[in-house]
Amino acid sequence: MRLGPAEHHEIEMTVNGTPRSAPAPARRLLSDFLRHDLGLTGTHVGCEHGVCGCCTVLLDGEPVRSCLMFAVTAAGHSITTVEGLAGAGGALSPVQRAFQECHGLQCGFCTPGFLCTVTALLRDNPRPTDDEVLEGVSGNLCRCTGYQNIVKSVRRAAELLAEEPT
Amino acid sequence: MKPPAFAYHAPDTLGAALAALAEAGDGGKVLAGGQSLVPLLNMRLAAPAELVDINRITALDTLEVTAGGVRVGALARHSRVERSDAAAGVQPLLRRALENVAHPVIRNRGTVVGSLAHADPAAELPAVLALLDGTVEVRSATGRRTVPAGAFFTGPLESALLPGELAVSAFFPALPPRTGTAFRELSRRHGDYALAGVAVTVGLDEDLRVATARAGYLGVAATPVVLDLTGPALAAQEGRPAGECDWAEVGGYAAARLDPEPDIHASAEYRRTLAGVLTERALRAAAAEGGRSDS
Ligand SMILES: Cc1cc2nc3c(=O)[nH]c(=O)nc-3n(C[C@H](O)[C@H](O)[C@H](O)COP(=O)(O)OP(=O)(O)OC[C@H]3O[C@@H](n4cnc5c(N)ncnc54)[C@H](O)[C@@H]3O)c2cc1C
Ligand code: FES
Ligand code: FES
Repeated sequence: MRLGPAEHHEIEMTVNGTPRSAPAPARRLLSDFLRHDLGLTGTHVGCEHGVCGCCTVLLDGEPVRSCLMFAVTAAGHSITTVEGLAGAGGALSPVQRAFQECHGLQCGFCTPGFLCTVTALLRDNPRPTDDEVLEGVSGNLCRCTGYQNIVKSVRRAAELLAEEPT
Repeated sequence: MKPPAFAYHAPDTLGAALAALAEAGDGGKVLAGGQSLVPLLNMRLAAPAELVDINRITALDTLEVTAGGVRVGALARHSRVERSDAAAGVQPLLRRALENVAHPVIRNRGTVVGSLAHADPAAELPAVLALLDGTVEVRSATGRRTVPAGAFFTGPLESALLPGELAVSAFFPALPPRTGTAFRELSRRHGDYALAGVAVTVGLDEDLRVATARAGYLGVAATPVVLDLTGPALAAQEGRPAGECDWAEVGGYAAARLDPEPDIHASAEYRRTLAGVLTERALRAAAAEGGRSDS
């Protein structure tokens, strides 16, 4: 397949469990595809060069920077955005509840990226050490909180997840 | 900012990728993990006419570990290689270096071979490949070649890859017996590109005296620098018990042989001093590990 520079291509992917598609050119970043073409503005865009982590989404369950990926590359894959973290009827996920309880956000700009990153972190490592928590969120920047409450939120989320009925 | 327009190819076989690259010629560029290329596109520092996305070529998503070494396919992500206990067993420097490459989320997408092809002077993996005398396996529509690390890195962000070529894998040789390794770097913030860094190997003889010492540096020149520190290490253990060595002396020797450039992050003098200190610490740790690996 060759897609010309100006050509639009119907890009299909599963987003938050639902098949979605929209026409977009090859140069469309996944972050912009989610926000502009699919109207899912929960994914935030800060720096567009991979540094801030605001745009982090889950690609087949793994956290990735949506600003460093073209939507066409993600075609056929499964994406989870912050909109997809809550349970049935909008019940907040344990990670979301922990951020709320512990004041892990102020302006909330960085929050979608933290929530996606931490969701995957605690799935892979339900009982992280303090160092593992710091390492896990080290790629996400927050200009408001000073991080202390974010780290507390991650620990609290681990507790809430451990209490979840399995 | 947004990337400039480009024509896009998404081949699912190596043959189709090589054909697309051959046709694209000078205007062609490989897209692997995109963790270096997409920032360059977003900042409009690069504007390739044709992008050949290799993410659908599952045949390149390989990690082969043998007693002889670790062969990493072009689509193996940093995170996969980092997590592989088999790879760390045969070549511990891979995991040790990868832990210092960006952040975990970036490592979920970025590829080891892409990092080599990108040839950033401050990147960890090129220094490791150079230290170990590894190789890069290169294919094009018309042929294949194996490029030794020493010839692969040709300048800052420049490799020996020619238009139409794809690096299909990289080989990191295993360690000889009784050899310890260590990796040390300093960056302003964890996950940033380092101000300077070093990967070392220290080999011990049967009496656990130091027999070889080598160091590969990042961030001190346009390409990775490898120093054989065996001579000074032998001299610096003269008259000392087995396993002990004046590593500060060897670090100083190494620093005197490096000629780093200043930039906005650090002066040349600071980088040189830093490289010497990191060398000392890494060699000490590697020698201790070499002694332990004897049992
Ligand atoms: C915030 C941030 C921090 C980072 N920090 C570090 C760091 O500390 N250390 C570090 O080493 N890296 C760092 N990186 C870069 C990261 O490691 C990249 O993953 C890596 O440099 C490039 O791998 P990639 O697969 O993403 O390649 P891409 O970005 O897809 O490609 C990079 C270049 O290599 C070429 N290329 C890629 N694969 C091939 C191939 N198989 N054959 C021929 N050419 C190829 C491309 O054409 C392009 O020119 C960082 C990135 C970000 C966004
Ligand atoms: S917007 Fe993607 S990392 Fe900042
Ligand atoms: S809450 Fe404002 S940037 Fe994190």
